[in-house]
Amino acid sequence: MIRIENVCKRYPGGHDALNGLSLHVEKGEMVFVTGHSGAGKSTLLRLIALIDRPTSGHVIVDGQDTRRVTRRKIPAYRRQIGMVFQDHKLLYDRPVFDNVALPLVIAGLTHREAGRKVRAALDQVSLLSKEKQSPETLSSGEQQRVGIARAIVSRPKVLIADEPTGNLDPDLSLEVMRIFRRFNEVGVTLLIASHDIALIDQLGCRRIALADGSLAVEKEEDPVAEYVERLEAENMRDTWQP
Amino acid sequence: MSAWAIRHISTAVAALGRLSRQPFASLMTVLVIGVTLALPAAMHLVVKNAQIISASWDNALDFSVYLRTDVTLEDAQRLVDIVGQRADIESVTLISAADALEEFREQSGFGEALDHLSVNPLPHTLVVRPGAANTEISIGLLNEELGNLPEADFVQVDTEWVRRFHAILNILERAIAIGTTLLAAAIIVIIGNTIRLDIQNRREEIEVTKLIGASNAFVRRPFLYIGVWYGLGGGLLALALVGYGLYALEEPVLRLSGLYSSPFVAVTLDLKESLIIAGSGVTLGLVGSWLAAARHMRRIEPR
Repeated sequence: MIRIENVCKRYPGGHDALNGLSLHVEKGEMVFVTGHSGAGKSTLLRLIALIDRPTSGHVIVDGQDTRRVTRRKIPAYRRQIGMVFQDHKLLYDRPVFDNVALPLVIAGLTHREAGRKVRAALDQVSLLSKEKQSPETLSSGEQQRVGIARAIVSRPKVLIADEPTGNLDPDLSLEVMRIFRRFNEVGVTLLIASHDIALIDQLGCRRIALADGSLAVEKEEDPVAEYVERLEAENMRDTWQP
Repeated sequence: MSAWAIRHISTAVAALGRLSRQPFASLMTVLVIGVTLALPAAMHLVVKNAQIISASWDNALDFSVYLRTDVTLEDAQRLVDIVGQRADIESVTLISAADALEEFREQSGFGEALDHLSVNPLPHTLVVRPGAANTEISIGLLNEELGNLPEADFVQVDTEWVRRFHAILNILERAIAIGTTLLAAAIIVIIGNTIRLDIQNRREEIEVTKLIGASNAFVRRPFLYIGVWYGLGGGLLALALVGYGLYALEEPVLRLSGLYSSPFVAVTLDLKESLIIAGSGVTLGLVGSWLAAARHMRRIEPR
């Protein structure tokens, strides 16, 4: 579904954010991208969202090479992808309903036509009762769920999220991740950038670690291997103890 | 109603709602546009009224052909018949020397002094009224031809100044057209600048909307409608200002035309002119906001 082929991204000033990165997210997968800040997570998502273009290599989403998406076609391309942001990026001058309806309105539906889909999306994030409120009156966790409802309201096949739980406490984070998990169960492909490794491990999804703009380790979730790893690490610490 | 129409109407209503949330700022913009539009509209109306007044003078463009004093009344009479046959002349009337003296006696108050004159010093006079089909050039030729008549002493066009007045009105009209063009440019700049500020203030909103897949046309649309509302508001305000100005002038104008015992009543803008003013407000608003949106919207991309 998402195929990254030997992608380099050099920003003006010579900083290499991505350095020959290749990865592949299968259809229906839920994959986390981890790594320190500056490892290239955000850059990767920006390339997928076509906020930036790669310096070299290919980004292919649902069979579409982003190189072939011209400037004029970017809006139509973005409408196929759901996006969730760390800072929610909601519009605070209008109620929750209008925020969630925005992708549908952009796609040409009237408010009335959008109503059913908007309520379905709000229902999925358990915010149906708050549709008339202003986002400002909601907690950070609720705002993020509004952002998620907006990302899924037009039923995209792919959803990308950049640190969706970055500003949330652990309980809320888990709730947000459970929501993502539910979408994944109905076939949505998700690529989520996060550094909350403990949380990711709870969910048991594939994890792609980035370091300095390329792949660090790509590992399947394997509790046993991890346990052994931890034991070994502890043993080594023990042996080194004076 | 098609989805397209509903979409546009809801965008238009939303734009109006946005303007009404900042009533003072919106009103100031509308006021500036209204006054700027009212200026040429009022000037146009002044010229139009002046033209209506002077049109009634046009009929009074008579030639006085003073005949030589040695021309007899019979010759003068014959001349009236001959000149009166010309196609380009509506009517010819003869004022005989005796009639002229009588009239002069009555009006000048020199009655007794005139009695002492042994001979009538006044000539016979033909008052020639040209036909309505005459142009400025044919009037000039007619003037020359009448002057060349062997019986004519000299020809006076009593109402030469009417033509001068028309020429002045023509210049004024041209000047108003030039002024209107400049004011239209000013309105475009005013609206463009207002929209530019609005775009800057809503930069974040534009970025987010583009990020979730809005096209340039989609983000531009509300701003175009804001421009249209400004223009329409300004156009209607201009009409109101001109209407009020006429209302304020009505009484003094009536008094003046009463003094001239003229039936003149100042004309106001007709429907077509009102539509043109409101329409040009809308058009200028659209052009101004389009220019601003085209210039500034493109540069705002998600970061």
